[in-house]
Amino acid sequence: MNTHSRQPRLMQGNEAVAEAAIAAGVKFYAGYPISPSSEIAEICAEKLPLVGGTCVQMEDEISGIAACLGASLTGEKAMTATSGPGFSLMQENIGYGVMAEIPCVVVNVQRGGPSIGLPTSPAQGDVMQARWGTHGDHPVITLCPSSVLEAYSLTIKAVNFSEKYRNPVILLLDEVVGHMREKVELPEEGTLEIVRRKLPECDPEDYQPFKADDDGVPPMAPLGSGYRYHITGLYHDETGFPSSRPQVVEDLIRRLHRKIEDAKQEICLTKEYRTDDCEILVVSYGISNRSAYRAVKDAREQGIKAGLLTLHTLWPFPEEALKEAASHASKVIVAELNLGQMKQEVERILAGQVRVEGLNKVNGEIFTPNEILAGLGGTI
Amino acid sequence: MVLAGLILAEGAVLAGKNVVQTQTYGPEARGGATKAEVIVSEGEIDYPKVSKPDLLLAMSQAAFDKYASLIEPGDNTMVLIDSTIVTDLSKGLGNIIALPMTKIAVDDVGKAVVANMVALGALVTLTKVIPQKCLEEAALARIPKSSKDLNLKALRLGCEVAQKICGECGIAVS
Repeated sequence: MNTHSRQPRLMQGNEAVAEAAIAAGVKFYAGYPISPSSEIAEICAEKLPLVGGTCVQMEDEISGIAACLGASLTGEKAMTATSGPGFSLMQENIGYGVMAEIPCVVVNVQRGGPSIGLPTSPAQGDVMQARWGTHGDHPVITLCPSSVLEAYSLTIKAVNFSEKYRNPVILLLDEVVGHMREKVELPEEGTLEIVRRKLPECDPEDYQPFKADDDGVPPMAPLGSGYRYHITGLYHDETGFPSSRPQVVEDLIRRLHRKIEDAKQEICLTKEYRTDDCEILVVSYGISNRSAYRAVKDAREQGIKAGLLTLHTLWPFPEEALKEAASHASKVIVAELNLGQMKQEVERILAGQVRVEGLNKVNGEIFTPNEILAGLGGTI
Repeated sequence: MVLAGLILAEGAVLAGKNVVQTQTYGPEARGGATKAEVIVSEGEIDYPKVSKPDLLLAMSQAAFDKYASLIEPGDNTMVLIDSTIVTDLSKGLGNIIALPMTKIAVDDVGKAVVANMVALGALVTLTKVIPQKCLEEAALARIPKSSKDLNLKALRLGCEVAQKICGECGIAVS
């Protein structure tokens, strides 16, 4: 079956991630298989060699992401996938990727935690870890699909954003989105927008590897192409060599943040459903969004003015979209499979203007639509 | 069980319908309880899990006890059971249809492991959720060539016994 035809087909969420990554030009995968993400590794192992790519099973997740960063430095697009326990192990190197500005996609198919937790059950407990898991005051991009088709389209976006902004991008799925199979009609391959990192246009001897263009992003020369430069996780100047000069340090960390901040309009992806006149706004993401969508539809049928803001981008948080969607609301409900990680963020942004309530489920199961409908004051 | 759900879901795609299939299982590499949920619809499918099943297939006593007991009076759920294995019906409601799937698989096909294909054939015949030819096409695409004949035989036996039952109960079959 041709993956990229418009022919409808049944596809699994994890399969969509692997297929989309390959369609977006990913040529390197290294990782350590873990439920509920293992199908991504399996499919990459099968299909990457067919497109001239490489898939390596590493000894652990630390080396998995390290190998991806190394591969990316040679000019190839790289991805790794894991679940909570492995995501914890990857944190240090995610920070290295941010500091050395190495494009890379890290997929975390969330399961119940902490620790080994619930290996085969969904959760959304890694939202703040995706934001702040690695140390230091760093920027990050995190995307979160709620369907198989979105798993496909947001994986393409994740690869594109990582390349364009030279930053690791985290793709947060959960067990249900990862394992769910749905009928999808994929876009034709030729219609996909595929981004590649900027290459230097100067001669190798003039190359300043960390001198950014106006967009805050420096052109990136592949290792081995004749452009010789130094890469480090230490603070460094435009030559790439370490520096602890206060001005250099401040300029670098501010630039790393600015290149993502300035692109928020492009990066912050949301979807609004009946938010124009909603009095109660539901904010949701990932698998919880599916239950919330049904609940809002049912609430509207009962005459309740409900609306839904779906977050496809979790970080940077889509502040403007939230403010707009909540502009007529007297109450905002944040429905998530954790004890209120995103609710804190919503409260911070709306800063006392609207009452914000959390709807939380943490038993290894997803919300039923009725659980959210009850929160909206609907009749079950 | 997940394979049966997957084949049904792929059959639904071939039949031009929208479909979502999810699964629930434990951390065990082998054994343990497994549940597959399939929603087939002409329209958009929002919530991906089953709220009120039109059909419940129970291939183990534990599955019957757990899920048939959730059926409420007034739900029009058809409960299809493997009567070789599910023998105690005291905990479940619904319209129970008993077929000795494992016995059929062992006696007529020679392998207990194809009981799920007997079940699939029966399920599709009873519900008419997708045409039998879509089911067979989906099954053939998923099953290794070496066991094609066995599986197809099991599938068709399932259709036949279900048809017989329908005749006896007066259920119309297309």
